[in-house]
Amino acid sequence: MIRVQNITKRFGDYAALHGIDLEIQPGEFIALLGPSGSGKTTLLRIIAGLEFQDEGHVYFDGEDVSDIPVGRRKVGFVFQQYALFRHMTVADNVAFGLNVRKSKTRPKKAEIKARADELLRIVQLDGLGGRYPGQLSGGQRQRVALARALAIEPSLLLLDEPFGALDAKVRKDLRRWLRDLHKQMGLTSIFVTHDQEEALELADRVVVMDHGRIDQVGTPEEVYMEPATAFVSHFVGETNRLPDGRHVRPHDIAIVAEGGDAVAVDNVFRKGSAWRVEGRLADSNAIIEIDVDTNQVPPSVGQTVRIEARRSRTFAD
Amino acid sequence: MRQHAPGTESRTTQVVLILLALAFLAFFLVMPLVAVFIEALKQGIEPFLEAVSNPDALAAIRLTLFIAAISVPLNVVFGLAASWAITKFSFPGKNLLLTMIDLPLSVSPVVSGLVFVLLFGAQGLLGPWLSAHGLKIIFAVPGIVLATVFITFPFVARELIPLMMEQGKDDEEAALSLGANGWQTFWHVTLPNIRWGLLYGVLLCNARAMGEFGAVSVVSGHIRGETNTMPLHVEILYNEYDFVGAFAVASLLAALALVTLVLKSVLEWRFDLHSGARH
Repeated sequence: MIRVQNITKRFGDYAALHGIDLEIQPGEFIALLGPSGSGKTTLLRIIAGLEFQDEGHVYFDGEDVSDIPVGRRKVGFVFQQYALFRHMTVADNVAFGLNVRKSKTRPKKAEIKARADELLRIVQLDGLGGRYPGQLSGGQRQRVALARALAIEPSLLLLDEPFGALDAKVRKDLRRWLRDLHKQMGLTSIFVTHDQEEALELADRVVVMDHGRIDQVGTPEEVYMEPATAFVSHFVGETNRLPDGRHVRPHDIAIVAEGGDAVAVDNVFRKGSAWRVEGRLADSNAIIEIDVDTNQVPPSVGQTVRIEARRSRTFAD
Repeated sequence: MRQHAPGTESRTTQVVLILLALAFLAFFLVMPLVAVFIEALKQGIEPFLEAVSNPDALAAIRLTLFIAAISVPLNVVFGLAASWAITKFSFPGKNLLLTMIDLPLSVSPVVSGLVFVLLFGAQGLLGPWLSAHGLKIIFAVPGIVLATVFITFPFVARELIPLMMEQGKDDEEAALSLGANGWQTFWHVTLPNIRWGLLYGVLLCNARAMGEFGAVSVVSGHIRGETNTMPLHVEILYNEYDFVGAFAVASLLAALALVTLVLKSVLEWRFDLHSGARH
């Protein structure tokens, strides 16, 4: 189990993290989700031992590793830009963590080679061991970085924006593949992302962060359906804020024949499996987004419709 | 008036510009260089060979090589340490260090030489202590080494700092996270990443170490066969109206410059190839 206790970190005058507490169960797949500047990457780097907290403790299976540097924490870290060693072949990159061991604990050459080949097979890059990183595509480099991190048999896998540098199609494939890999290996993993879709799709639990604090920890279902704060409600999924302070999801708004509030429709377009209707509340001019089922006829632009919130929540500010 | 996109100027404009640049190069660079070799070989090959194999000339060549052999490795170590510290860590006084590295480039070499005289000379700050212990620095080889190390200090560091800055520290962090120690990280990750830039810096550093005149002239004392480097030897011969001798030794320095130039171009080409292959 990974336990983070009361972690505080400042960079000069800027407070990056304020008293973070978090517990991660063995085998969990955790997403640290937040906008840039929320402190999610700093938290990941502190857990890795690449950065050190000003206050607080980090425990791995009950052992206080707060002052232990990254090299002795047995964590696999995948960098956002992969940080592959460009003068080494793919196989040498993967074998690096084994080759730098002291001769007492270093496996034999043949063993290292076999292990590197095995890892390249796991990440579906068999036969590419002789290439250089510069000769690979972005998705392939990402998987080399992953294989390299797994080579040291880490007890924890940390990924910093693992899909950030990839284009949409590759990103989706790799996402699915990573989820399957995690299921197979059962390795406790934490990844940082600013993409809520990614977090909701991959993670067992999502840690939503903002301004150096944790706003909510929960399953994807919980953070989406029961957001703890206004920030979570807006950052995870879309939310309309009504003038009376209520927060409503676009798909929780119904267009009704009478009653409710009047909305002037500005724009209607197809968004995935629903019609997205954009309009303004007649009273306050606040922008309202509404999802309408595609088996219904959407209102037309210029029309005024009446809406009612089927589900809404309010947050203490 | 017709507007031209860059690169679509008329043929005549192009030709004129190119000719102008070539004429400038010929007048200021090629002609002097050729003149050095012509003067050196004016009276045939024999006087040339005699001039460069004269005992004083040989002593100057030996001393120059010796000075370079000490100051270049020293500045490789200093340059690497300074660039590493500046680019991979943040610490108080970092900007001051950066400014200090540039100091030898912004101060006149003669002043740099004088500083050492003021420090270590007979009338200098440490002079009495040194002479009491029988140590001679000014007007001796140690002084020349000190002055040369000082003058050539920026060349390696200046080359490496922008390069290492651009590369960031992800690679080093990756190596550390995989269990490598500091030395392994430096040797297997950092050094291969900067090797071409480092070589380039060494080349420039070496060219300057062998060619430095001003600072060395102040601290050397011009003792023939003992504290004369090649540039100083050239000056002495020239002042003695031994033009063949002066230009013969000068042609060796000029040859060094040409070799440096060729190696530099080769390195730049490799360097571009290398950084172009990244991503």
